[in-house]
Amino acid sequence: MIINDPEKDQEIQANVRTVPGIITQRGCTYAGCRGVVLGPTRDILQIVHGPIGCSFYAWLTRRNQSAPAEGEGNFIPYSFSTDMQDENIVFGGEVKLKEAMREAFEMFSPKAIAIFSTCPVGLIGDDVHAVAREMKEELGINCFGFSCEGYRGVSQSAGHHIANNQIFKHVLGTDNPTRKGKFQVNLLGEYNIGGDAFEIERLFEEAGITLISSFSGNSTVESMAYAHIADLNMVMCHRSINYIAEMMEVKYGIPWIKVNFVGAKSAAKSLKKIAEYFGDAELTAKVDAIVEREMAKSEAVREAVKAKVEGKVAMMFVGGSRAHHYQDLFEELGIHVVSAGYEFAHRDDYEGRKVIPDIKIDADTRNIEELEVEKTEDAELWREDLVAKKAALEETGYTFADYEGMMPQMKKNSLVIDDINHWETEKLIEFYKPDVFCAGIKEKYVVQKFGIPLKQLHNYDAGGPYTCFEGAINFYYEMQRMLDTKIWKLVDAPWKSEPEIVGSMTIEA
Amino acid sequence: MRKIAIYGKGGIGKSTTTQNTVAGLVKMGKNVLVVGCDPKADSTRLLLGGLAQKTVLDTLREEGEDVEIDDVIKRGYGDVRCVESGGPEPGVGCAGRGIITSINLLEQLGAWDAKYETDYTFYDVLGDVVCGGFAMPIRDGKAEEIYIVVSGEMMAMYAANNICKGIKKYAQAGTVRLGGLICNSRKVDNEQEMIEQLAAKLGTQMIHFVPRDNMVQQAEINRKTVIEFAPEHPQAAEYAALAAKIDANEMFIIPNPLEIEELEKLLIDFGIAN
Repeated sequence: MIINDPEKDQEIQANVRTVPGIITQRGCTYAGCRGVVLGPTRDILQIVHGPIGCSFYAWLTRRNQSAPAEGEGNFIPYSFSTDMQDENIVFGGEVKLKEAMREAFEMFSPKAIAIFSTCPVGLIGDDVHAVAREMKEELGINCFGFSCEGYRGVSQSAGHHIANNQIFKHVLGTDNPTRKGKFQVNLLGEYNIGGDAFEIERLFEEAGITLISSFSGNSTVESMAYAHIADLNMVMCHRSINYIAEMMEVKYGIPWIKVNFVGAKSAAKSLKKIAEYFGDAELTAKVDAIVEREMAKSEAVREAVKAKVEGKVAMMFVGGSRAHHYQDLFEELGIHVVSAGYEFAHRDDYEGRKVIPDIKIDADTRNIEELEVEKTEDAELWREDLVAKKAALEETGYTFADYEGMMPQMKKNSLVIDDINHWETEKLIEFYKPDVFCAGIKEKYVVQKFGIPLKQLHNYDAGGPYTCFEGAINFYYEMQRMLDTKIWKLVDAPWKSEPEIVGSMTIEA
Repeated sequence: MRKIAIYGKGGIGKSTTTQNTVAGLVKMGKNVLVVGCDPKADSTRLLLGGLAQKTVLDTLREEGEDVEIDDVIKRGYGDVRCVESGGPEPGVGCAGRGIITSINLLEQLGAWDAKYETDYTFYDVLGDVVCGGFAMPIRDGKAEEIYIVVSGEMMAMYAANNICKGIKKYAQAGTVRLGGLICNSRKVDNEQEMIEQLAAKLGTQMIHFVPRDNMVQQAEINRKTVIEFAPEHPQAAEYAALAAKIDANEMFIIPNPLEIEELEKLLIDFGIAN
């Protein structure tokens, strides 16, 4: 917990174990791997190896949207599970897993099958990787496993890293098509919740930017396989996906930049940054025209809404990048973010990548494999042109591979809290009396019972998209709906006026 | 009914000792149920005259829910009832969980119904208390008396001490108690004195010293206990004595496990240094 001072270098404690017994917002490693990173990919048939509960809770919970072409496979509406029973625990579950993979292959003929390990799999030692190798041979399609047992890390962050590693090892670079466009990019760490990625894709298409692959909103395994043909990687959620960006730069020489499409100004800045990278006059002109046109639309709404919500107070405890990204939208409306924090971020997401060399590697982090990546030996795949481009642009002050973190952008004396717990949440609501609180479904009803609206920023409930200009307009209206109303002040908890339960003691002799 | 579990380092002679002791109790007219808790399913071989037993877990797998008690319990020497809980092949699954499933199933099937008039249940447990599953017999009052088979060898004593830690943990919350150490001699110098001393330090007794004799091997080759194979042999009398001592035992304690330094000092004072 830090009282922020953007002028100073302040060290926050993050990515450490939650104290047992406190009610944390965090999720598990399996959730980070299966739910967050791989969940949005539509054509990898994802089998959860474990008891049914873990599988059920990976089923459509994050509202990841996807747009398959006519006749193309889409497994997002399905839930696949080995449904482990006591017998599979005692005698091992590998046989049942293989049977499940064969059955799934026969029924759906997918392009790839991924296996996700739940807690018991790690305890009894089922070798999902050996099963994947064997089935890859037998079925003739790409099969790979994830040792993402829920207990492996301090939060879902470990699952993101494990997902990055396996995608890099087993999918990325397995296909080598010819170029698909003049300006080829990958979008990393955008999961298309509520259709966020569609907004970005629409503008890319209009500008003539070719989105090779996305990790992993509205993505396909096919596009991930040739993502290394891109000219630029853009990182949206730094926490969940920076590993792949880093590894691709080492192996193929593809540089990466940090972008943010949440907030109209941020979206404009990110689009211009892409144009600047390619340095193409036509592209720059197109991007400028798009930005000007879209900004005019969003500005009109922004000004109207701002007049109604300016000066309101917000708090935000969510994700590993959202608590930062959404501050741009609030800033645009003149809403003060007095306190914010992440659930599963690391120090660099708060303080910026400059602190990475100083981050202490603890035993929990060592528990996750760190891939040793080397420069590709295939001269055709190594992008010397991009390495030179990066060096030239850096001369002009263009920043690559950097993320400043959340704290430098936050106001002096705002409160930054990592892994906030329920008690702190309640006490801070009493203290700040915010007009809106942003978190997830777990916090929603507790906050609402305080008479304060909660904006869900995990899956947006029914809302979204909130990216780019149309998304910003959506968000402005959403804030108007939530904040320009007295309804939350009028409702009072019924138990404040009369008790919910009345008890009496009856003693019969 | 007395519920007894036999623990000890792997290869120390738990199964052999258990079965010979059971044979001794049977000769005394006792009604005994032996539950083998080793995935190898070889805890009742000498009582049944061979590995003829179908395990509880195999039966459960093959028969599904239609398991009858007679499918898994087989009568052996002197009408002793024998069960093998079974388990996965080495390196697969979770044998500990298998033991939990198996014992629960036996309870549900009525293996301890009053009609059997069971005097003794013996749990013969694989090796050390490696994880929760292998501690199953000493949890929840499944077994209430523990005997640890030990010899004068360092690692056997070390394992015995470790098992005492497991017993202590569950004893404080439940009914399980340590009944004593059974010394299965390996002809180590000063073995008897050393084990007596170890027992004293743990707060228990060395209930019997079983001398080493090749007759045990001969009986095993013939798939029999010594008591059945060579009832007149002095070794048969040793097992009979052990059975009688267990039957008469009234010393049940919560052990005080030793620090490793203390254990090593014991070896130096009695064993290798002399």
